[in-house]
Amino acid sequence: MAKVLISNLNKKFDDTHVVKDVNLEIADREFVVLVGPSGCGKTTTLRMIAGLEDISSGEIRIDERVVNDLPPMDRDIAMVFQNYALYPHMSVYDNMAFGLKMRKFGRDEIEKRVRRSAEILGIQALLERRPRQLSGGQRQRVALGRAIVRDPRVFLFDEPLSNLDAKLRVQMRVELKRLHHRLETTAIYVTHDQVEAMTLGDRVVVMKDGVVQQVGEPLELYGRPANRFVASFIGSPAMNFAEVTVNSGAEALWAEAPGLRIKVPPSKSEPLRRHTGQRVTLGIRPEALRLANGTDPSDYVFDSTVEVVEPLGNEILLDVRAGSHLMVARVDPGVRVKVRDAVRLAVDPERLHFFDAKTETAI
Amino acid sequence: MIEGAKWKKWVWFYLPMGLFILGLLFPFYWMLVTTLKPDGELYRPWNHPLYSPFWTSAPTLDHVKNLLQETLFGTWMWNTMLIALVATLISLFCGVIAGYALARLRFRWAGLLGTAIFVTYLVPQTLLFIPLAEIIRDYRIGDTPWALILTYPTFLIPFCTWLMMGYFKTIPKELEECARIDGATRWQAMVYIILPIALPGILSAGIFAFTLSWNEFIYALVFLSSPEQKTVPVGVTSELIRGDVFYWGSLMAGALIGSIPVAFVYSFFVEHYVAGMTGSVKG
Repeated sequence: MAKVLISNLNKKFDDTHVVKDVNLEIADREFVVLVGPSGCGKTTTLRMIAGLEDISSGEIRIDERVVNDLPPMDRDIAMVFQNYALYPHMSVYDNMAFGLKMRKFGRDEIEKRVRRSAEILGIQALLERRPRQLSGGQRQRVALGRAIVRDPRVFLFDEPLSNLDAKLRVQMRVELKRLHHRLETTAIYVTHDQVEAMTLGDRVVVMKDGVVQQVGEPLELYGRPANRFVASFIGSPAMNFAEVTVNSGAEALWAEAPGLRIKVPPSKSEPLRRHTGQRVTLGIRPEALRLANGTDPSDYVFDSTVEVVEPLGNEILLDVRAGSHLMVARVDPGVRVKVRDAVRLAVDPERLHFFDAKTETAI
Repeated sequence: MIEGAKWKKWVWFYLPMGLFILGLLFPFYWMLVTTLKPDGELYRPWNHPLYSPFWTSAPTLDHVKNLLQETLFGTWMWNTMLIALVATLISLFCGVIAGYALARLRFRWAGLLGTAIFVTYLVPQTLLFIPLAEIIRDYRIGDTPWALILTYPTFLIPFCTWLMMGYFKTIPKELEECARIDGATRWQAMVYIILPIALPGILSAGIFAFTLSWNEFIYALVFLSSPEQKTVPVGVTSELIRGDVFYWGSLMAGALIGSIPVAFVYSFFVEHYVAGMTGSVKG
């Protein structure tokens, strides 16, 4: 168990700057997820923590000790790889025992630890098998077992679930979370899947082009995204965006675009006043939209045409067009609408997001 | 596989396969039949009424006896075995280590170095033996097994390096990284993880190197002169062809017995050898 402190971390491969000034403080026993599109530097950051990549500049500390120049073996970490990296010529037992053997544990101690870890993961029956005789899910468990058997200070996960099929992935996700509760070891987890990030992480770090965009608890990222990228990356279906102009009316500000006129709620009017007459980006989550009933104030409704209906069972996604904007609304499954119907949608004024059109930061 | 009527399978599979095997095995049969024929039958002209090139009615072991008693064949076998084994071991050791470095370590000129090593393999031996002869003379190791043990690696090391480099590249680097996180040094990761996985590749490189050294002719012909130092290919051809007299029976007996060790090595390692050709880590 350990704290991990990353300060001003940079990585350059020849001319490409893949990790830029990353600062991160990971508390003891915390589960932190690095998430972002491919090429955002998340895996490189993880590999630098593991000691598999040199650090161009900056510092990584594990429990106050600078580990920049420490080889991987001396950092007391365990890593689970995307392709599991099981040693194909060894049995499951030997795979799990390898790290302990390298660290000169006694035979009895090794046996005890391997059995205990196998029990935690439910793979006692597989110990004599070779990796190639195992299914994807079983290999995944062995890879996990190999990590927990050593009782390291930090777990590193590099997209460990992305080689599994969808159903198994959901199942293993829950198991991972349960395992973390049980072991209480600091964990750093890399994924490109925002759902995985949200469900697993105590805190989530969103990265793009080597730069940390926002660090926060899952619901904080969802509710108060720091910029347009985080807003669009977190959440499925993604947030709707519309380019609007801020105009001042009689007693309030209005966000206006062709076919769309929405009053700026009082909570947002103060910061938006500086943008009067300028273009900003309006963001609306699909679930902040619903079909209007007669009682909705006219300030927070707009008219649209249904283009696609996606009935998912527990909800219906309506792909609508309002003026030139395409939006997705998440509505009640009881709603009866057809393609080309004209519908009036109401927005929840407290769940409107505004972003600067140039810098893309939240207003 | 070929689907449909049975005759199709015969015409398109068994028949071509049979012809192919026949073609490959015929030289061995020819060696065998020539070895066992008495001289009287061997030198019968083609228009003789009892001419039978593919068969013998009076098999004899005279040629084999002649080969083993009248020539130094046993010594040649021993020389060839020693030279081939030691040269193979040296080349394999260097090839594995160089191949690993070229495949795994990120250093300047790695790509260029790999190509350069390959280019040295392309220099024909028929040119290289001239400067090598100078070197052999300068170091005074002519007419000793060392002349071959030290020169065979000039073409075996590039060959082994390239074969091993390709093989190491097929092994996911995560295996090694995982081992290093597990507490192994780079060296331990190589010895405990990478080399065992690369065993099929190492064996195929070894078999190839052994075969190449066993059959090598030109260096052995140039660098060795006394009969008791010679290897099988050179010994057989130089001692059993005197002027324009060919001792066909003993010549073929030598060729046949000389090819047994290679055939043995192949059949012994055939499974690993095939695995080595078709890639390493599956799933």
